[in-house]
Amino acid sequence: MSGRTLYDKLIDAHVVRRLDDDGLVLLYVDRTVLNEYTSPQAFAGLRATGRKVRNPAAALMVVDHVNPTAARRTRQMPDADAARQVDYFADNARDFGIEYFDILDPRQGIEHVVAPEQGLVMPGMVIAAGDSHTTAYGAFGALGYGIGTSDIEHYLATSTVRYRRLKTMRINVTGSPPLGVTPKDVVMEIICRIGADGATGYAVEFAGPAVAEMSVEGRIVMSIMIVEAGARGVVIAPDHKVLDYLKGRPRTPKGEMWDRATAAWLQLRSDADARFDREMTIDAGEVAPLVTWGTSPDQAIPVTDLIPDPDTNPAADRKTAATRALAYMGLAPGTPIQSVPIDFAFIGSCTNSRIEDLRDAAQIFRGRHVASGVRAIVVPGSTQVRAQAEAEGIAKILIDAGVEWRQSGCSMCLAMNDDILAPGQRSASSTNRNFEGRQGPGARTHLMSPAMVAAAAVTGRITDVRELLGGDAP
Amino acid sequence: MTPFHRVSGVAAPMRTPNIDTDVIMPKMFLKGVDRSGLGEGAFNLLRFDAGRPNPDFILNRDGYRETCFLVVGANFGCGSSREHAVWGLQQLGIRALIGTTFAGIFSDNCANNGLLTISLDAATVGGIADIVANPASNRLSIDLEQQLIRIDGGGTVPFPIEPARKEAFLTGRDAISSTLVFADDIGAFERRRWADNPWF
Repeated sequence: MSGRTLYDKLIDAHVVRRLDDDGLVLLYVDRTVLNEYTSPQAFAGLRATGRKVRNPAAALMVVDHVNPTAARRTRQMPDADAARQVDYFADNARDFGIEYFDILDPRQGIEHVVAPEQGLVMPGMVIAAGDSHTTAYGAFGALGYGIGTSDIEHYLATSTVRYRRLKTMRINVTGSPPLGVTPKDVVMEIICRIGADGATGYAVEFAGPAVAEMSVEGRIVMSIMIVEAGARGVVIAPDHKVLDYLKGRPRTPKGEMWDRATAAWLQLRSDADARFDREMTIDAGEVAPLVTWGTSPDQAIPVTDLIPDPDTNPAADRKTAATRALAYMGLAPGTPIQSVPIDFAFIGSCTNSRIEDLRDAAQIFRGRHVASGVRAIVVPGSTQVRAQAEAEGIAKILIDAGVEWRQSGCSMCLAMNDDILAPGQRSASSTNRNFEGRQGPGARTHLMSPAMVAAAAVTGRITDVRELLGGDAP
Repeated sequence: MTPFHRVSGVAAPMRTPNIDTDVIMPKMFLKGVDRSGLGEGAFNLLRFDAGRPNPDFILNRDGYRETCFLVVGANFGCGSSREHAVWGLQQLGIRALIGTTFAGIFSDNCANNGLLTISLDAATVGGIADIVANPASNRLSIDLEQQLIRIDGGGTVPFPIEPARKEAFLTGRDAISSTLVFADDIGAFERRRWADNPWF
């Protein structure tokens, strides 16, 4: 018998009982984090059936999706619908006894930034939450995955989710990313290679020397963004970098208990002879800064390339999709992507809003100014990240460059709040999704790394960040 | 959830790959605290143009206004976890989706609400899409008990489904009630887990 993958070990350790012979199990889930827009109907279901939350201490509630990000914070939401969602969220926290960070709480922020900050996430856990980007927690050696509202309700009532075991894919990352190439570019390159459904039905394990070299925050970027290839769960073996990140967080163990926990956590890895259903290797040294040109995250090219011709796509449905995407994006095949002007620059989202992302952006904005006609906003991932960026002088660099320095929230990642583009407006965005209408009806989104967004903001067009870093641009 | 036994009606082809849940349910319709009003939201930006029905969109064309099945492209339902997408499709009258692959969270959301997803190989899906692209031959019936799609325009297509999933669709059972039968198992598992991992 061959060894087990880390994913299989985590699942095995959480199976309450088997439900059929095809891999359906009742899976114990250690923690969840809740937001105001996917949870209301779950709580309404509990109220209607008179059920309680089985383990309120395992949950955390954070307002992040609908709140404004204006610099001056008030508890008041700008529209009645958002106010009703936030009020109902607060009522549910109170009535079901769950810890709640409201909009004025210094610990508020995007759920996937806040949960690790608070030490809610620890290696060996399974965490399911009502947001597709819950895979973030794979970076800590926890299995994180997204669920819908019905499964949130099921989890809250039972501490379990009905779960069908996934296939496993290991993605080995070798080499060293060149100057100007970030974990965002590496994961975008992977998505390009395997496609927007290339990891559908799989749990992904990231491994290899480049992952070991990568910071925990870089691993979070990869863990979140691979969802755009369909991955339903992510794991990365925890190491000392993860322990350093978690040590001293409010909810992580202390003293002798910390020593016992970390000894166990460092054992969490795939066996040397574990078999994966699929393996791929990517050399980070060969990756260039990437930019999307279309309306699916796999429609991306190196920043130095020309926008591809749909007619060269062999698959008929992909050709149709590419043609439609170019029409939506208002782009012509053969155009250098670098010549494309932007109206808006957005740095934020659970993918790219942590302190390292803001440092990367500040490096580009330092001593430069946002181009005329461009509006640039930076929305830190949490109120704590915002405070740290202010303490490090990053906020001042951004403000001096003409960037709007905002409060935390999901903001223009999905534009559920008042940060929304007008039809036809084009953005350079550090987010995950370039879907039609994602940043507003008719809005056009180009995904890229935070440094690339900053480069586009200061030149007014999509730009090879390496030209501004003083590196050797090809 | 709504049980599914045998349903007959119009099927519409929608073959673009990677139709995401933002397209199925745009953000403007996500600000409720209940499940109401989502039928209007389903495919809203494609169905309507400045408030008027977009005549080019398949569900607005003659012969497709009563659609209850969609024959879809690969990776349908990718992106956001928003279950509103499934509620909206159901409120629009959609009972089943026929495609090659469905995104994971979306597929689970469908199962939890009784919206049947049928996965077949690309050639078979393409064949069905071609037949129902003609309004004169766009009716079919789906018999879950028999695991058969009967196409009025000709032919029957068998489809696979895991027995547990089939049972759930046929009975429309409440998953939480089914799970709470195992409440003692969950409690015992949890005590053991906390004893082994006291730092949690």
